[in-house]
Amino acid sequence: MEQLARLGRIGIGTLERLGRGHVLLLHMLAGFAALSVRPKLLIAQIHSVGVLSMLIITVSGLFVGMVLALQGYYILSQFGAEETLGVMVAASLVRELGPVVTGLLFAGRAGSALTAEIGLMKATEQLSGLEMMAVDPIKRILTPRFMAGLISMPLLAALFSAIGVIGGHFVGVGLLGVDDGAYWSQMQAKIDLHEDIYNGVIKSLVFGFVCTWIALFQGHDCTPTSEGVSRATTRTVVHSALAVLCLDFVLTALMFGED
Amino acid sequence: MSSHPDDSNEPLVKIRGLRFFRGERAIFDGVDIDIPRGSITAIMGPSGTGKTTLLKLIGGQLRPHAGTIHVNGQDVHKLSTKELYKLRMRMGMLFQSGALLTDISVFDNIAYPLREHTKLPESIIRKLVLMKLEAVGLRGARDLMPSELSGGMARRAAMARAVVLDPEMIMYDEPFTGQDPISMGVLIQLIPRLNKASRLTSIVVSHDVQETTNIADMIYVLSNGKVIAGGPSKQIANSTSFWVRQFMDGLPDGPVPFHFPAEPLETDILEN
Repeated sequence: MEQLARLGRIGIGTLERLGRGHVLLLHMLAGFAALSVRPKLLIAQIHSVGVLSMLIITVSGLFVGMVLALQGYYILSQFGAEETLGVMVAASLVRELGPVVTGLLFAGRAGSALTAEIGLMKATEQLSGLEMMAVDPIKRILTPRFMAGLISMPLLAALFSAIGVIGGHFVGVGLLGVDDGAYWSQMQAKIDLHEDIYNGVIKSLVFGFVCTWIALFQGHDCTPTSEGVSRATTRTVVHSALAVLCLDFVLTALMFGED
Repeated sequence: MSSHPDDSNEPLVKIRGLRFFRGERAIFDGVDIDIPRGSITAIMGPSGTGKTTLLKLIGGQLRPHAGTIHVNGQDVHKLSTKELYKLRMRMGMLFQSGALLTDISVFDNIAYPLREHTKLPESIIRKLVLMKLEAVGLRGARDLMPSELSGGMARRAAMARAVVLDPEMIMYDEPFTGQDPISMGVLIQLIPRLNKASRLTSIVVSHDVQETTNIADMIYVLSNGKVIAGGPSKQIANSTSFWVRQFMDGLPDGPVPFHFPAEPLETDILEN
């Protein structure tokens, strides 16, 4: 009986959290209009969420592209199809690895920072202080960060893919001797704007939305103590990573499942 | 009463039958408090009696389970969000931690409410901010970041921010806690001075008996969710009630027990 009650409590707790998360989301979305009046707030956040994540995205993209070329070359050369290395690298990056790895890195780099920042603002009564100054902390603090996440994520994913293609070129063409012209022309011919690129952009938009939402909610909903903030930060990374991987499966099934 | 919101005989804050629970525990169980205009009213009581909660209830950040709180004739918990925010612009609140925004300088912190709520040109904002900083003695610290301030300075900066919109009332949450004697002396001087100079109504929540009785006109003592004494500060300071005496004289045991409720020591120890 005790076990059953515990299960019930966990269920109710989860539902309550989900409810609070959605209320927060609506509240943040309601602040979008006000943001157009204060573009400076948004620009500052795009800098801290997006621009400051560029280094890790660039370096990771480069290495992922290089590894893809190495592995791809090994398999493709067994069938004498090394010329298609460019397509393989670009398609893997644009369709899957770009959005997914960027999403994971984004959660680790920007998401955890957002949670810690909002959580500490709550713990030090800064959010409460804003409320008492008649300033809505959700619209003033959370909405610009949410918007910045939405804008930054697809751009970061695009950067990741672009750098990855260059990394692949460096290894494939530079080191393994694949023909330079074949690398680019095959890629141009086979990568489809709608099928590959748009779908990749949609994925990265969805991941950006979910990761930023999770990060901001965890920060806003945390217990305002140092332990609470640390737990919330961990939860952000874990939940975001799981959400990105699960959603990637769902989106891939929807986008490419019928082919 | 609400038809004459600015009637000067009417108390600025009127709390009636306030009940508030955290889980099963009653924080307030039928509390009535009047805060007269222009006065400094102290709300005192041991830690955990919900003094900060009371300020949050007055500011509309928390909702009571029963009872009403009127500020200037308006029922705080019946206002729309817009009206509540409008009312809050006329209330200042000084948090225990100061609650300054840590990513902007002292100057920008004080200017923050002005930039948010007014369309004043920067030149006027600068003058207003410098005047408020001068009043708390921190004009020279305007370019420092909040992390570079000592606890006392942060509280004074927060005071400047709380009065920058020229509110009608200001709520101080434990202003004396954790202050060195000099900062304490500064605060004891500043609170009445600001109250008089800006014709404010001040609510000071505190458990520092000596300091608070010195500056307060009225005192309410809270314990166990009820007001156990209320009236002019001299009357409370000379009260003969056991409850009040225990609190005012800092006696370890009395009507407020030293021990948190528990079963008898013998059973607890001998068990198992």
